Amino acid sequence: MMSATKHQGGSRSEDRLLSAILVLAICLTLAPVLRLFVEGVTDQGSPSLGLMRDVLAQPSTLGALKHSLVTAGFGTLVSLVLGSAFAFLVALTDLRAKAALVFCLMIPMMIPPQITALSWTQIMGPSSVLLKTLGIAPPLGAKQPLYSPEGIIFLLGIQHMSIIFLTLRAGLRAIPQDVVEAARISGAKGLRTWWQVVMPLTLPSLAAGTAITFVTALGNFGIPAMLGIPAGYATLPTLVYQKLAGMGTTVLAEVSVLAMLIGAVAVAGILVQRLFQSRQKLHLVGSTSRPLALPLGAARLPVEICLWAVVFAILVLPMFGLLATSLVPAYGVSLRLDTVTLASWYEVLFRQPVTSRAFTNSFGLAAGASVALMVICLPLAWLMERRQTRLARLFDSLLDLPYALPGVVLSIAMILLLIKLPFTEATLYGTIWIIFLAYIARFFAVMFRPVQASLKQFDPAMDEAAQSVGASLYRRLRDVIFPLSAPAAAAGAILVFLTAFNELTVSALLWSSGTETLGVVIFNLDDSGETGMASALAMTIVLVVIVLMALIQLFSRRFPKGVVPWQT
Amino acid sequence: MADIDLSSIGKTFAGTPALQDITTRFDDGAFIALLGPSGCGKTTLLRILAGFEEPTAGSLHIGNREMANAQTGANLPPEQRNIGFVFQSYALWPHMSVRRNVSYPLEIRGLSRAETRRNTDAALASTGLERYADRMPSDLSGGQRQRVALARCLVSDPCAVLLDEPLANLDVALRATMQGVFTDFHKRTGATMVYVTHDQAEAMAMADRIAVMDQGRIQQFDTPQNLYERPKNRFVAEFVGRGTVVPVQQFRTDGTAQQARILGTEVSVQSAQHAARVSHVCLRPENLTITETGHLRSKVARVTYMGGKYLLETVTDCGARLFAETRARFDVGAQLGLTITTPWAFSED
Repeated sequence: MMSATKHQGGSRSEDRLLSAILVLAICLTLAPVLRLFVEGVTDQGSPSLGLMRDVLAQPSTLGALKHSLVTAGFGTLVSLVLGSAFAFLVALTDLRAKAALVFCLMIPMMIPPQITALSWTQIMGPSSVLLKTLGIAPPLGAKQPLYSPEGIIFLLGIQHMSIIFLTLRAGLRAIPQDVVEAARISGAKGLRTWWQVVMPLTLPSLAAGTAITFVTALGNFGIPAMLGIPAGYATLPTLVYQKLAGMGTTVLAEVSVLAMLIGAVAVAGILVQRLFQSRQKLHLVGSTSRPLALPLGAARLPVEICLWAVVFAILVLPMFGLLATSLVPAYGVSLRLDTVTLASWYEVLFRQPVTSRAFTNSFGLAAGASVALMVICLPLAWLMERRQTRLARLFDSLLDLPYALPGVVLSIAMILLLIKLPFTEATLYGTIWIIFLAYIARFFAVMFRPVQASLKQFDPAMDEAAQSVGASLYRRLRDVIFPLSAPAAAAGAILVFLTAFNELTVSALLWSSGTETLGVVIFNLDDSGETGMASALAMTIVLVVIVLMALIQLFSRRFPKGVVPWQT
Repeated sequence: MADIDLSSIGKTFAGTPALQDITTRFDDGAFIALLGPSGCGKTTLLRILAGFEEPTAGSLHIGNREMANAQTGANLPPEQRNIGFVFQSYALWPHMSVRRNVSYPLEIRGLSRAETRRNTDAALASTGLERYADRMPSDLSGGQRQRVALARCLVSDPCAVLLDEPLANLDVALRATMQGVFTDFHKRTGATMVYVTHDQAEAMAMADRIAVMDQGRIQQFDTPQNLYERPKNRFVAEFVGRGTVVPVQQFRTDGTAQQARILGTEVSVQSAQHAARVSHVCLRPENLTITETGHLRSKVARVTYMGGKYLLETVTDCGARLFAETRARFDVGAQLGLTITTPWAFSED
């Protein structure tokens, strides 16, 4: 009975506030996407599919589409193999130090893709400082093996394996322990239990994770840009970037068709993911209080060594590469006691005006977006939980779109929406505000979902109790709801900050001189051959990321379940 | 303090009726229980009184203030009704101390600091919580939390206190103690209390009057004694207490004496005054005596020891299941005779 009555009643002031915030949120998040769609199907104001036909017929479009599908597809496969192996072992067996392992596996997702790409190029190829130092560098003139489709696939796979790992682990944790115990009592042994009981139950979460990984890989810009552009191998996002960077806003209509093409593939992936996620809710009854821990027996130590070796290879080794490169006076010199220098660090952190400018920009944008999103999302999530109007439900199902859609798509949409403000001659294109608004749209879901998760566990009687003693909506929000959802909001804010601080894909298309972000600066430094400085800056950012993640981890016990993304 | 008047209150959830045509009056200062199986609409009715739900039909008055009227669409929000509500989950704010939880309603009303402190202390004292004032809700036991919830809803002197299954989460021993707390409190303050429960023993023990609800309607609104001894219909007869409802085969009134033929035997029955006809009787254990010569032959199907006495579930020759109580022990399968003495008869469509 309670569930049927939970969302009714209350006061009219809630309705008014909900409508106001909801309209604001829709303008911020969904309007750009809508604007992009309109652009693609009109030609100078009248409905037309002519432009779309022209762009889709170009060989460069088809080539980039093929490259995108190939790299995203095989990259997802690599993620699937790595991520699911880790997920099964961590979630089902009695490995030791699981928490540390999980934390380490989360780091690749939090490190921006352009830094992943940069760090890997530092441990391979003829001019790798690390390889030179160890004396195993390939001869000069040999190809950098990562500047190839295979290199892109490999790094996309590593970058996104955390997504598979997380969704699958969440699915595995939802399997009641007694289901596995019943299989063992019935006589099923080790692998047979896994194959006949565990696997069928986790297929939906595995499929959902695969779909979302594919979409993310498809939208990735940093890795194909750093590895593909030198190799002349364009994917859809890098094609958009190259066209826009080369010819400016004159090709806006053309690139919006490309953006829609990426968007269409991405939406197909999201729909597949939704389909599988809705299937997941069907079964699974029973206690999940104790996590599974099937004994590995004598195999435990070798398996542990194996897993940590993989973690070392994908996490620590590239960081050594970055570090080595950042410590030599010139790119290509090998690192010895007499050549080690902090010149690159000093130069990039304290001398280059662009770095401090970018640092200020990124910090301001990330902090501003966190605060603005917190102010919007807290009351909105609460009111949407309390009063489920039709518009609110529709918004709930669409608000992931700006985050799930590739960043390039959102950037183009933002340019279209803001290049000429309605009723004025003013433009936001080229100012920092366009990046700010794009961040608000892109990271809305990152802030909203944790707050929503924490409010879903919130007993509505808490609010009703305050209501029955006479507290107005404003008093209830201030005295009861905000204090109780503050930890989740803080976690959301840190996540927004973390992602926005390192973000490249959106700002790559929106920056102009004076509004560079850190992501753009690293990309440009590397592009102009300043690999040492790029590495030093990248190392700094990695350290910031790990410190912030550790902060969340430290306070994670105070957050409700489902708030910290790597602890679901 | 004020009377609560409900007239033709109805509520539908997405087309499904949860309450239908509830018209009744809860008197000032009464302790009312809303009793019924889960899904009968009792919690919905309580939440309409509090203002958490709006009725889809009818109107609600507390004292001379109109709280809700489906016709005009008027609905006073809960925060303006001056009503106390005790939740099943207690709903204490976990980030506030016991004292702050209790004083919060006064803070809202903008009382002076000294006055807030005095009233809070009084409310804490009346619920025996003085020693726990500075603790956090998470440090308290279930019973103590319930007391805090009670203190919080009393401190602002509400015109009625609504309680939604407040004892459902407590263990049996604590329930008995808390029942005492509620009745004492009711006696001392004279507040109108409306108490929702599905536990009839709880309702019987505390309430002056009980509204028995089923399928969104009040089936009978009466004193506990009347509900047990003079049920109005089959649902009340079967829901309250232990009893079997059997059809009346023949009925005649002879001045004040009323005779009915039940299960093939002729017995005298009681019924509401001026009952032109009755269709069923309710046979409670009190109406059945075990005798050697009893004219109703039956067989013992199950024996339950009730502490000092046995409850026998017997099956008569014609297949009716009857409950009888006895001090002597019978074995399953034993044959015995039953005599029926003046059961309550009522008319059921």
